[in-house]
Amino acid sequence: MSFGYNTLVVLAGCALLGLACGTVGAFALLRGRALMADAVGHAALPGVVLAAMLVASFGGNPRALPPLLAGALVAGVLGVLAVQALTRGRRIREDAAIAIVLSSFYALGVALLSYVQTMPQAAQAGLGKFILGQAAGMRAEDALWAGGIAAFCVLICLALFQRLRAACFDPDYARVMGLSVARTDLALLGLIVIVAVAGLQAVGLVLVVALLILPSATARLLTHRLPVLLLVSASLGALAGALGAAASAFQPEWPTGAAVVLVGAIFFTLALLLAPERGLLPEAWRRTRRRIAATESHFLRAAWEAQEAAGAGPGTAGDRWTPIAALAAARGWSEPHAARLALWLGLRGLVARADGEIHLTPRGAAAARRAVRAHRAVEHHLLGLGATDIAGADRLADLVEHGLPAEMATRLLAEPSSLPASPHALGPRP
Amino acid sequence: MNQNPTPPAPLAITHLTVAYGDKTVLWDITWQAAPGLTAIVGPNGAGKSTLLRAALGLIPSIAGEPRFFGRKLGEVRNRVGYLPQRASVDWDFPATALDVVCMSRYPRMRWWGRVPKTERDAAYAALDQVGLADLADRQIGRLSGGQQQRVFLARALAQDADLYLMDEPFAAVDAATEQAIIAVLRRVVATGRSVIAVHHDLSTVPSYFDQVLLLNGRAVAAGDVKSAFTPDAIARAYGGRLNVLEQAVAEGGLR
Repeated sequence: MSFGYNTLVVLAGCALLGLACGTVGAFALLRGRALMADAVGHAALPGVVLAAMLVASFGGNPRALPPLLAGALVAGVLGVLAVQALTRGRRIREDAAIAIVLSSFYALGVALLSYVQTMPQAAQAGLGKFILGQAAGMRAEDALWAGGIAAFCVLICLALFQRLRAACFDPDYARVMGLSVARTDLALLGLIVIVAVAGLQAVGLVLVVALLILPSATARLLTHRLPVLLLVSASLGALAGALGAAASAFQPEWPTGAAVVLVGAIFFTLALLLAPERGLLPEAWRRTRRRIAATESHFLRAAWEAQEAAGAGPGTAGDRWTPIAALAAARGWSEPHAARLALWLGLRGLVARADGEIHLTPRGAAAARRAVRAHRAVEHHLLGLGATDIAGADRLADLVEHGLPAEMATRLLAEPSSLPASPHALGPRP
Repeated sequence: MNQNPTPPAPLAITHLTVAYGDKTVLWDITWQAAPGLTAIVGPNGAGKSTLLRAALGLIPSIAGEPRFFGRKLGEVRNRVGYLPQRASVDWDFPATALDVVCMSRYPRMRWWGRVPKTERDAAYAALDQVGLADLADRQIGRLSGGQQQRVFLARALAQDADLYLMDEPFAAVDAATEQAIIAVLRRVVATGRSVIAVHHDLSTVPSYFDQVLLLNGRAVAAGDVKSAFTPDAIARAYGGRLNVLEQAVAEGGLR
């Protein structure tokens, strides 16, 4: 299949539906209502089948989209009302209510579908596409509808932006201020129903919920500004819709819904791994770097203090050769471990090595002096607080000195300052 | 307690009764808050937060109509501010400290568009009052617990109300933050406004507050801290639920 007119129509239609779902999904996710889209999608099936039966029995074309979507809309709204009726009075929690409504309506739809297949007028033709989505059949007027729905959703979300934000963050507070959270919630629910029903044809009722959740969950990993989040979520929804439709156009045996959702899932996985602030890999990298930096400073400080212990009075150490074995003893490290660290610091140009001994380079000496000063400032501070005794100060300072908040560090380490003497004796650890 | 009808009390509650399902949490509370700084104290489960939330209409009450400045809440909303418990919201929400404080100005804005500059300035001034002006643009999830509490305080202040209902404003904050918050509250009261705060630390009640309501399902004692916050009243409030119920029955019999 080439990128002909039909393909472009499908691409545009899916992109616009993705845009609408991404926009509404952002608020649905923040308000904890995203699963409602799942209930609406599944609840729509009996509506679709009944609408097809009605149209066929009046002699109409059971493939015409508008009556089918109208049936889906009615059944979807009924599903939402059923969830709300079940949760009223707190007899059943919302997640259980959604599961009950979703599965019951869906089962009814499946039963009706198999009944319709026994009818002669071929009313069932093409109804199966609503389950997993078949965007390939999208026509120009369907894409126009998608555009209208996208424009409507974006407009409503922008108009209600502040109300939605207040209701999502702190509904009780919004109520106290006299904002009608109930009405805002109703508007949001209406938008969820509209996009879920509109997305039926393209991604299918099973997967339409993913089109609301994936773009907004991805955007949430990438930003902590709500306007930006909305923009990113809408764009990712549109992109997932377009790319999924394109993939399905090249491989017609792939259901469009699955392709769209897979693209969205790939975006989400990438963000989960790589998002600069909240991604898993950057976080692991930051943790590793902190650990390396802490170990480096421990090594340099041990080198400095070993020289002080060997008689190079406080503040003047830094110019002698120190056996790696003495360092290892001072830190409680094994000698091979200390030797590996020496190799690493040698590569970084902070120490020079010769015959199992190390010598601080000028850069290494400066870093070592900084590390010693920081460590002792923390030790003296902890002792001053009475948080520890002299025997425990060294280890406690080791634990807290690398995680100091910036304000605390500047208070403890006022520049310029002299190097304080160690509060405890230097040498091998017990 | 001030029985003089003019000027009306910031908050007056008559026969307030609240139940969650079959469990009655507040029994027939009749209480008038005097102007100034008022503490609501009582043991866990005494209904302190419930009292505030029921007065604000956030949970339904079986009986009792709260009056704010002698009026229904709906008529004087702009005069009543609220500081909910810090744990009641998701602090991972995509918003900055300034965004959160701006929410208190929403009723003054039109629906659409950006937050107008005058409202942003008011929100910024409130943040400055609690010492967080430097952190206005920080994501709320990256603030410390004490800073989050002060963001909520700033949001309440930015409402520019005459009465503030505060649910545990000192919960889980360090000593320095507690001092900063009480200083702000004293400044608020000094300008003729009133604060009613749920409080959990009995030892600081006399130094922080002017009035007190001792609560344990029922109003055990209320009034000036000097006259109402007595060892006897505290023992009655904290003496266990069974004790209080027996007493309620006994008092009911006497009536």
